[in-house]
Amino acid sequence: MRSTSVRGAKVVALGAAAALALVACGGSDDGATQGSGAEASGGAEGASDATLVFGASADPVIIDGAYVSDGESLRVVRSIFEGLVTTEEGGTEIVPALAEEWEVSEDGLQWTFSLRDGVTFHDGEALDAEAVCTNFDRWYNFTGIQQSGNVSYYWQTVMGGYAQNEDETLPESLYSACEATDEATATITLTRPSSTFLSALSLPAFSIASPAALEEFGADEITGSGEEPQFTGTYGTEHPTGTGPFRFVSWERGNQLVLERNDDYWGDVAQVQNLVFVPIADGPARRQALEAGDIDGYDLVDPADVDALEEAGFTILRRPAFNVAYVGLNQSAPPLDNLQIRQAIAHAIDRENILSTNYPEGATVPTQFMPEAVFGYAEDVTEYEYDPERAKELIAESGVTDLTLEFWYPTEVSRPYMPDPAANFQLMAADLEAVGFTVNPTGVPWNPDFLDAALSGGAPMYLLGWTGDFGDPDNFVGTFFQAQSPEWGFDNPELRTLLDEAEAETDLDARTGLYQEANRQIMDELPGLPYASTEPALAFRPGIEGFEPSPVQNESFNLVTVTEQE
Amino acid sequence: MLRFVVRRLLLLVPILLGLSLLLFAWVRALPGGPAQALLGERATPDAVAEINRLYGFDQPVLQQYATYMGRVLQGDLGVSTTTRTPVTDELLRLFPATVELSLFALVIAVGLGVPLGYVAARRHLTWVDSSAVLASLLGVTIPVFFLGFILKYVFAVQLAVLPASGRQDPRLFTEHPTGFYVLDGFLVGRPDASWDAFLHLVLPAVALATIPLAIIARITRASVLDVVNEDYVRTADAKGLARRTITGRHVLRNALLPVVTVIGLQVGLLLSGAVLTETVFAFPGIGSFLVDAITNRDYAVVQGFILVIAVLIVVVNLLVDISYGLIDPRVRASTMAGGRA
Repeated sequence: MRSTSVRGAKVVALGAAAALALVACGGSDDGATQGSGAEASGGAEGASDATLVFGASADPVIIDGAYVSDGESLRVVRSIFEGLVTTEEGGTEIVPALAEEWEVSEDGLQWTFSLRDGVTFHDGEALDAEAVCTNFDRWYNFTGIQQSGNVSYYWQTVMGGYAQNEDETLPESLYSACEATDEATATITLTRPSSTFLSALSLPAFSIASPAALEEFGADEITGSGEEPQFTGTYGTEHPTGTGPFRFVSWERGNQLVLERNDDYWGDVAQVQNLVFVPIADGPARRQALEAGDIDGYDLVDPADVDALEEAGFTILRRPAFNVAYVGLNQSAPPLDNLQIRQAIAHAIDRENILSTNYPEGATVPTQFMPEAVFGYAEDVTEYEYDPERAKELIAESGVTDLTLEFWYPTEVSRPYMPDPAANFQLMAADLEAVGFTVNPTGVPWNPDFLDAALSGGAPMYLLGWTGDFGDPDNFVGTFFQAQSPEWGFDNPELRTLLDEAEAETDLDARTGLYQEANRQIMDELPGLPYASTEPALAFRPGIEGFEPSPVQNESFNLVTVTEQE
Repeated sequence: MLRFVVRRLLLLVPILLGLSLLLFAWVRALPGGPAQALLGERATPDAVAEINRLYGFDQPVLQQYATYMGRVLQGDLGVSTTTRTPVTDELLRLFPATVELSLFALVIAVGLGVPLGYVAARRHLTWVDSSAVLASLLGVTIPVFFLGFILKYVFAVQLAVLPASGRQDPRLFTEHPTGFYVLDGFLVGRPDASWDAFLHLVLPAVALATIPLAIIARITRASVLDVVNEDYVRTADAKGLARRTITGRHVLRNALLPVVTVIGLQVGLLLSGAVLTETVFAFPGIGSFLVDAITNRDYAVVQGFILVIAVLIVVVNLLVDISYGLIDPRVRASTMAGGRA
């Protein structure tokens, strides 16, 4: 209990230090026209009347964190709303947001959050413990179509079920109750200990909305008999009301979404007056919009454009790696059921070569199924150097004679962690054949053939990957291995128990140790070979400063400054 | 005349029914379903089944079609699986953008195509004529996304005189009472916004106009060439009539009949051409939305939008036929005779 609250305080101090450091940078920078963020927190002095136009890859679906899981909706939700906790700027560590500190009971079931003082919602309502509990109870009491996995995706992922599960397959909810012990203290009770809970609270799905606005503008009004969910309330399209650094102004679907600075923000008041999101679906069109000055910056820069934009004087920012690409080795199919064969495959593939040939700058070879940025990453897992001779030895030792590999790769797809799967496949196949394997390729469209085959166990060897949602090891190795899955074709109860234990552990140090142990076990078992983690890029025009990319896309636009072009 | 119109209208029913059935089948033949597109790579089979059940995709296709048509006849095109709003609303909201763009493109295509074709015909077999023919050939063959990319590169990126995307500078923050941005600027007392919206129309409209312009120029040229060799033109010439009178009364008046027909047909082409153009220029009209919908396997949107565009094309064709019938009684008679046979 103590350790967590001490950690909370430490984190506050760290945050303050970081803020000071940022201020120092800002002061020495000629490009910044505004005063320091910390000084501005008393009011809006120093903030400019500039507008920042950001190119998004799509329109949001709806601006209500509880109902969305797509990146573009979440980006907007993050500017308007805040949760109890958030992630540090540019990292995944959990730091205070609306809760200044928190404690967890000895049994890991009760989480007590002390709320920040003097915070108001954009509609003028005060943030208090009642408001926090109203939000949690709202999600917990979702009914009908709201319980659909695509409507309340993150609640279901994190909490499992609802107050009244309408579908028998839904598990019991992790969440049990929320109590406003006093005006500034909310206590959340869980049905079982879970440490993922705190990390997950940094997700926009758990951002705290003004209860008055939720009620007034019908946030829970969804019609349709369940066949066609349709939001009929105007909350998520016209009146999203949070506590964040920006407030909602207007949204013309497909055209532009306008936010304005919240001058009453409790933290660093935004430097720009307006923040506008413009959806541009086509990648080349986004690049040209930046070059033409239509937009000030955009996310998801095509890897092929990075160098050219950098040379042309644009600022390229790289999002810390939060994904992993791997070769899946399904153990239900021979010869992959043989550990020495799997090890031979791992030694045969020259991963550095794949990265330098097919990946943009910034990509690294991961040693395990999660990025280094997440706690629980183990420095001492078994590593598999590129060593074709060792691979041949292992093959000989294994005694396996049929060395045919059924190798699947997806076509018509580009993912952040694999820009060109076919190109990866070709290099890997050449490496494998060089040590004596026969490779039978199957290249099929990503959706649905490839995914179906890979996830249902129909593809013995395949290229796949994963981008994390939040900074918790459970979101990586838990997603992969906590439940038995046909994707891998093996059952390791010991590993599953270890991951269950790790999820339930509330002491961070103990939990870190458990995940490190899991990572060691996984890399010994070698269910697949992680081969790439990439750093997706964002581009900004010169004169835009202060944007710090977050591995989990939890960026704040309030520190961004804009100077006029030319 | 009334019988002619009614006949043509009745003929629309089987055409549209057949079209909608084909469309329904085609959309469902796209690889990957909406569920997987919605849920992403780690969609569990349960979740996929759930989505399919919710949207009725698990039912037999014919049954889905019957349900769908039943609703379409009541003006209900279904709900988008991605934006979760009724398709009809989306259509109404996005239509002004596409209409505005198509209108500008039409003005360019007709305004340049007709004079170009006329000049080429009057300078038949000179270098003017051959370059016009060559240019129109190029215009028809050059892909819109390539032309759009080049136009943007030259005029937006290198020369920086025109914007590359969107309908208006997002920093202007003006109201849009009608959805026609050029008009809206004047309505809300912001002529600068109208000008800005106009500038945003230039590149996409030029890209969109290229093919129709080339076609109109070629038809005009051919038609004028036909007419100038007619006896009545030579007679007029022999009578010593002023050149301008001959051009206006005798040549253009007769030559433009087929051109008008072609222009009518181009309206339909413009609407479908807008699909690519809008994507290239991130122009928020029905075209961009349709492309997103195809990517997302948003069945209701794809069907609804194509169906509406198809209806528009068919209706425009009908109007052209009717106007033709009005102008030239021979057309009416032959159609009716054909119908009886």
